[in-house]
Amino acid sequence: MKKFLRKTGLSTALSALVFMAGTSVAVSAEDTIKVGILHSLSGTMAISETTLKDTMLMLIAEQNKKGGLLGKKIEPVVVDPASNWPLFAEKARELITKEKVASIFGCWTSVSRKSVLPVIEELNSILFYPVQYEGEESSKNVFYTGAAPNQQAIPAINYLMNDIKVKRWVLAGTDYVYPRTTNKILEAYLKSKGVDAKDIMINYTPFGHSDWQSIVSDIKKFGATGKKTAVVSTINGDANIPFYKELGNQGVSAEEIPVVAFSVGEEELSGMDTKPLVGHMAAWNYFMSEDSTKNAAFIKKWHAHTKDTKRVTNDPMEAHYIGFNMWVKAVEKAGTTESNAVQKAMIGIKFPNLTGGLAQMLPNHHLSKPVLIGEIQEDGQLFTVWQTNTLVKGDAWSDFLPESKPIIADWTAPINCGNYNTNTKKCSGQNY
Amino acid sequence: MKYLMPHVIRFFLVILIMFSFVKITVAQEAEVGQTFSTTVSGLKIRSLSKKGQFVEQLAQFQNPQKTVILQALVDGHLFEIREDGRVVIAAKKSGKYSIVLAENGDDLGLTDNSAIKKIKINNRLRTQIRRLIANLQLSSPDVGLRLKAIKTLSKSIKPDDLNTLKILAESEENSSVLDALELVFALDNINSSDRETRLLGIENLKQKTSFKAVSRLQALLDKDSEGQFVEPDKEIRKQAKSALVKIQSRLNTYEVAQTVFFGLSLGAVLVLAAIGLAITFGVMGVINMAHGEMMMLGAYTTYVMQQIMPNNISLALILAIPAAFMVSGIVGIGIERGIIRHLYGRPLETLLATFGVSLVLQQAVRSIFSPLNRSVITPEFMSGSWQINDFLAFTWNRLYILFFCLLVFTCLLQILKRTKLGLEVRAVSQNRNMAKAMGIPTDRVDAMTFGLGSGIAGVAGVALSQITNVGPNLGQAYIVDSFMVVVFGGVGNLWGTLVAGFSLGIANKVLEPFAGAVLAKILVLVFIILFIQKRPRGLFPQKGRAAES
Repeated sequence: MKKFLRKTGLSTALSALVFMAGTSVAVSAEDTIKVGILHSLSGTMAISETTLKDTMLMLIAEQNKKGGLLGKKIEPVVVDPASNWPLFAEKARELITKEKVASIFGCWTSVSRKSVLPVIEELNSILFYPVQYEGEESSKNVFYTGAAPNQQAIPAINYLMNDIKVKRWVLAGTDYVYPRTTNKILEAYLKSKGVDAKDIMINYTPFGHSDWQSIVSDIKKFGATGKKTAVVSTINGDANIPFYKELGNQGVSAEEIPVVAFSVGEEELSGMDTKPLVGHMAAWNYFMSEDSTKNAAFIKKWHAHTKDTKRVTNDPMEAHYIGFNMWVKAVEKAGTTESNAVQKAMIGIKFPNLTGGLAQMLPNHHLSKPVLIGEIQEDGQLFTVWQTNTLVKGDAWSDFLPESKPIIADWTAPINCGNYNTNTKKCSGQNY
Repeated sequence: MKYLMPHVIRFFLVILIMFSFVKITVAQEAEVGQTFSTTVSGLKIRSLSKKGQFVEQLAQFQNPQKTVILQALVDGHLFEIREDGRVVIAAKKSGKYSIVLAENGDDLGLTDNSAIKKIKINNRLRTQIRRLIANLQLSSPDVGLRLKAIKTLSKSIKPDDLNTLKILAESEENSSVLDALELVFALDNINSSDRETRLLGIENLKQKTSFKAVSRLQALLDKDSEGQFVEPDKEIRKQAKSALVKIQSRLNTYEVAQTVFFGLSLGAVLVLAAIGLAITFGVMGVINMAHGEMMMLGAYTTYVMQQIMPNNISLALILAIPAAFMVSGIVGIGIERGIIRHLYGRPLETLLATFGVSLVLQQAVRSIFSPLNRSVITPEFMSGSWQINDFLAFTWNRLYILFFCLLVFTCLLQILKRTKLGLEVRAVSQNRNMAKAMGIPTDRVDAMTFGLGSGIAGVAGVALSQITNVGPNLGQAYIVDSFMVVVFGGVGNLWGTLVAGFSLGIANKVLEPFAGAVLAKILVLVFIILFIQKRPRGLFPQKGRAAES
């Protein structure tokens, strides 16, 4: 599985990707614009990332059908970093230096993104990162098309606080960077809203934790004081099923103690026995169940592409959809795929969201997005119970952490900096 | 004759009036009937607040069908026919839905999934409906339903509810229902303005083993931000404290029991995962890194069985046990014959080769079933819990797995002790050459032993499918734990595996509340490393000449 292939034919790419065979079809580089797809197709993260690879192939095929880009065909180059963080950096380097891709769409976990960052910056390429993340970062070379904490976590907390009248909070997460940072922000936010420290319970569990008995029984006790309690979950994918099953079995219902998850979407739900999850919530910027003509068309295309009408769509897919189309527009605007020109052209580009509204690439390389909160239904879909009236602008540096409060990211002149301190009027010089 | 006329007229008038009365009542009934069905079809409305109003209206009707409809709505069984918009209650039946008309229960036969649309509700509506149903069920002849209703209402008690409950208490005879009511009244008494009533309330709470009682009493002892007691009455505080101490002393017993149960059930999972390895690694000495993947195959077998029999999930699960044993066992024999037998006596190569096998199996599952997790449904009899009181409950799935683990262990022990295969396995593991000399076909025994170990791993996979994800990574999550248990218990000793699994489970669960899940795991690991330094052969080392080799 060491050797990865270059692909021109899309259908062949799909069928041959699972087991990496050794054939490669050579096409001279001038004929096409190459786009790198850096998603794990094996290992633990394959569960989430394979779908994004398929999404990218679909988007590129569609663009090629429309006549390609700048009169050339777009050629996807798929590599498999195999859920191995250092390998992400290696593969990124390979894509940029050897394959000479114009930009890369990829990564899922924050640690894989952090691993790719130095390479992308050194070689001055472009990465589109499609997943909701913890923020506290803005690189010149990365466009964050997923949600920043203020586009997912904070609105969800507001909903719970104002509409459900939650008074006691359990912040449960898997023990790694995204939950740790998000919970730090949320804790600061809750305290700023006057929530007492003894009304917040923070809990971390290892990756893939499967024995939730004691923790669920603790949550049950914590929530039995008569004050409305909710769990804000940043529990990572695989640990979720045992968690919800245990909640269901111990008789904790969504009406009493709702769980709001930031990492559970349609894709994850499709592999779960949803009975114990009904009524629990998830916060995202896109739901498959949203009723709009754009969304319906997207779902139809996805079903046609995968030849499976049961496949679901999810939030990171929409992020790639927006990111890719914005990139296309930016390249057309710049008239070249050269990194600096495209980076400049990207800022201010607008493209319609699948759920309505116009997403805009902000100077801090984040998007403006709608925020939706949905309750999980038995069919694995989310039923929107609340949404923001307007689009929320992504904030790279959280305003609720004292150390990042004065910092802003702005990649337009005159600031041109990813972490500009508004107090000292200085760019820290740190690149990422 | 001339007086007759008015009589006739009067008679006709009376008749007319009578008729009009009848007509009016008929009209009224018709109107009521219509409003009931319009209210039912009103539930289809998209706006959640309007839906709530219709639910409220629906509960006002005298029609007995309303409880059925409300229950169906809260259970997610209320649908709308796409074609004509009629509201129906649907139940899954052999891949289709059998539907009945919601307003009167008329049977409408079977229909396709795509022909009906679910009527969606959110948590707020669910709470509202549950309360409405609870109110209706307070007078139910079924004790269980009455208890459930009281529990639902007591979640957020309102003055109206209290009055209804007081009326109910007067005619109630069942002791457990009265007990539940007493708790509600005692909690209410504490809020009273009369001191005696409050003290009586505290006195009553003393006897209750309930979350609510504890937190209410605790609240009486709270201090505000300036360090002053929220509760000004000293006597009340004193009584509350003594009541709390009394409850707490009872709680400690329950808490210990709960922790032990958590520990045993975690231990059961560990033992199940490790027991197959205890055979292949413990008895045969093969370092089998693909052991976890054997469990994964077992879990996927469960998934496939459920796909084959979607209408009988419980039966599918039970049949999955022998099926998983066969699948994993055969794959195990294949691995042994194909790879491992060429590598006996070369542990390092075996380790690498089986690790490679594990990757191949994972990727194979990824290509066949997709990299996504597969959803294995938990049958009804395994969900929920056996609630003793608020502080002590045994979840059914864990209880079944604990029982299942002991069953598998006993079976395995009997196989090794009483069957011909068992005798041969023991002979080969003790002295291969001597066994060979006695005419035991060691090759065949090796294959069968490995198959047995792998098959048991497959059976463990069936159990794991009920508590965790069924995905390509299932095996990896358990391989380290399995080796840990086997090494800790003493290689080659099944009893050691059992004791090690349970003690590690309990140790983990005792540590978890203090140290957190992450640190607890680390502490256990450190403990095992230190223990192995002191006693390299584990808890129950093998004795005799066999151990020396």
